Amino acid sequence: MTIPAAWYLIVSALLFGIGAVGVLVRRNALVMFMCIELMLNAANLALVTFARVLHDVGGQATVFFVLVVAAAEVTVGLGIVVAIFRKRNSAVVDDLHELQG
Amino acid sequence: MVYAAPWMLACALGGFVVLVAFGRRLGEPRAGWFATAAIGAAFVVAVITWIGLLGHNNRQLTETLFDWVPIGSYQVKVSLLIDPLSVTMCLFVTGVSALIHLYSIAYMHKERDFTKFFVYLNLFVFSMLLLVLADNLLLTFVGWEGVGVCSYWLVAFYFDRDSAASAGKKAFVYNRIGDVGMLVAMFVLFTHLHTLTYVGIATGAPTLTGTQVTLVTIALLFAAAGKSAQIPLFNWLADAMEGPTPVSALIHAATMVTAGVYLLCRMSHLLVLTSSGRATIAVVGAATAFVAATIATAQQDIKKVLAFSTVSQLGFMVLAVGSGAYTAAIFLMVAHAFFKGLLFLGAGSVIHGLDGEQELGRMGGLRTLMAWTFATFVIGWLAIAGVPPLSGFFAKGDVLKGAWSYSKPLWAIGLVAALLTGYYMTRLFVLAFMGDPRFLKAAGGRPALAPPHDSPWVMRLPLVVLAVFAALAGVFGPALDRFLNPVFASTHLAPLSGTSSAALITVDGVVAVAGLAIAWWLWRGRAERPALTPQFLARVWYWDDAYDAVIGRPGQALARTSAEVIDPVVIDGAVLGVAAAARRVARQLRGLQNGYLRSYALLFAVGTALLVAYLLARTF
Repeated sequence: MTIPAAWYLIVSALLFGIGAVGVLVRRNALVMFMCIELMLNAANLALVTFARVLHDVGGQATVFFVLVVAAAEVTVGLGIVVAIFRKRNSAVVDDLHELQG
Repeated sequence: MVYAAPWMLACALGGFVVLVAFGRRLGEPRAGWFATAAIGAAFVVAVITWIGLLGHNNRQLTETLFDWVPIGSYQVKVSLLIDPLSVTMCLFVTGVSALIHLYSIAYMHKERDFTKFFVYLNLFVFSMLLLVLADNLLLTFVGWEGVGVCSYWLVAFYFDRDSAASAGKKAFVYNRIGDVGMLVAMFVLFTHLHTLTYVGIATGAPTLTGTQVTLVTIALLFAAAGKSAQIPLFNWLADAMEGPTPVSALIHAATMVTAGVYLLCRMSHLLVLTSSGRATIAVVGAATAFVAATIATAQQDIKKVLAFSTVSQLGFMVLAVGSGAYTAAIFLMVAHAFFKGLLFLGAGSVIHGLDGEQELGRMGGLRTLMAWTFATFVIGWLAIAGVPPLSGFFAKGDVLKGAWSYSKPLWAIGLVAALLTGYYMTRLFVLAFMGDPRFLKAAGGRPALAPPHDSPWVMRLPLVVLAVFAALAGVFGPALDRFLNPVFASTHLAPLSGTSSAALITVDGVVAVAGLAIAWWLWRGRAERPALTPQFLARVWYWDDAYDAVIGRPGQALARTSAEVIDPVVIDGAVLGVAAAARRVARQLRGLQNGYLRSYALLFAVGTALLVAYLLARTF
């Protein structure tokens, strides 16, 4: 039996929701990063699903771009997190609120 | 020979241009001699023009120089109207001006701005000639403004003195107020007649409605009131005495101030059409003659007495215009130019001799010290007082005859003013020339002065020439009357019978001598009589105070309100209010930028959710 496309989308939505809530509620920069990855991959899953359903390879191609961008983003982001950790000995984002109006 | 007239303008303008360019290089006294020569040449041209005009049968010639302002299909031209009236004006304007230029060379000796003085004087004569020679109202207006601005410059000649600077401003502002009348008159005439030439107005005037004629007449009277110092705009003339004395003689006695009377005479064909307008003119003239004469009796400054005397004499002229006796007005104007010019120059000679002293209370006894000035002043004094057979007697007699035919009450007012004329002039004369020389002793904080010497010949010559004319000008009355009469509209004044005419003349003479005798009796041997110089008269009927209270103070209050309320509250309030509002809004919005990543993420999520919700809602 084949799994209906809707299930993929439900999983995708759940993953995205978990990621979004994680970004909003967690303070640790690394955990927030992981949550962002979760959201990105939820989006990827949705893209692939629609590509299958609509027989359009464009969705799958987009996923490759997302993966590449995500890899680059992680590289830069982790670099920043490490730099901050070295300076402050903590990775809690709430400590970084000097830039305020 | 008539067509020489433009050269009159060219002489005066040429003098002005050369002095502007090379005046400083010419220096003192050559700049003064040059200016005098320029005006002397203008006088010669005026005489040539006059002789030429006498040879013409048609004594009304227009000479167009060039086209000037196109107004639709109408073209305002720079053209000159040469007729007996303009030529008479030119003759006495250039003649008196030349003499006063000559006098000024000595009077302005060692003044700081010697050449500048003559630059202004030449420009003044040019403007005055343009005013009287112009054949249309617009060109006259150019001259009218030209003499106004020269008057301003010359009144404020000693501009480093506060009183002179503000007197200049006062003269300028009063004249501008009068100019409104001139402009209104021009607007109305052009709207209805589509012409501004005097000939066109004279022929077109009967087609105007009564209201239009009256409106134009009142507007012209207002213009004349500004320029010729009539009620209600007369009080600038006394302050104008801050200028050098030759200026007072030339501009503020002999020539410029007569421009208003000239303008009214020029418009005689319009004036005859409105009895109410003429009545207003006559009443204003009579009132001015009387009010100014009363004020002149109480002034302590020799030039102020003469200034109010000028206002009073101008009132006589305006009364004559209102009565319809135009030739009498011009006759008095010419005679007045001689004797008032003479009196001012005599006063200038006295002031010059006494190191600038102008208070009558500090004079006296100049009879023997300044013999030439004394002798010529006697003639001027008797002439203005109207003692027969000097010019003032005939000129004022003609004016009063006209007033008698027009209205008995106005004649009576004029007669009282004539009595006062004899009185205040005799007071001035007695205080200045008779009695003891009071200036020899220090008094009232003023140092004693050395006995003066008489003035040099360049100052004495104009005095003598003017004295001759002031004495004899009356002889030319009938000839002037015949010469001028065709210019003016007929007013149908009832001709006087021989006996009533003789009776009026006798009354004039008696009144003049009576005023003279009263003053002689009262002021001989007494320099001060406070009872006869009440504050009310000395302060000009509180006229300036009234203007100050009604116009000056509210104006200042308005300015103060603007400065203290409107500017800081309304204008600054608007400007600062916008800034404050921006700052307040910004302070509220600043809270959003709190630096917490999670709050930004939340806003981002909420925004996305709302956007998605909106898109979904739109789809379904």
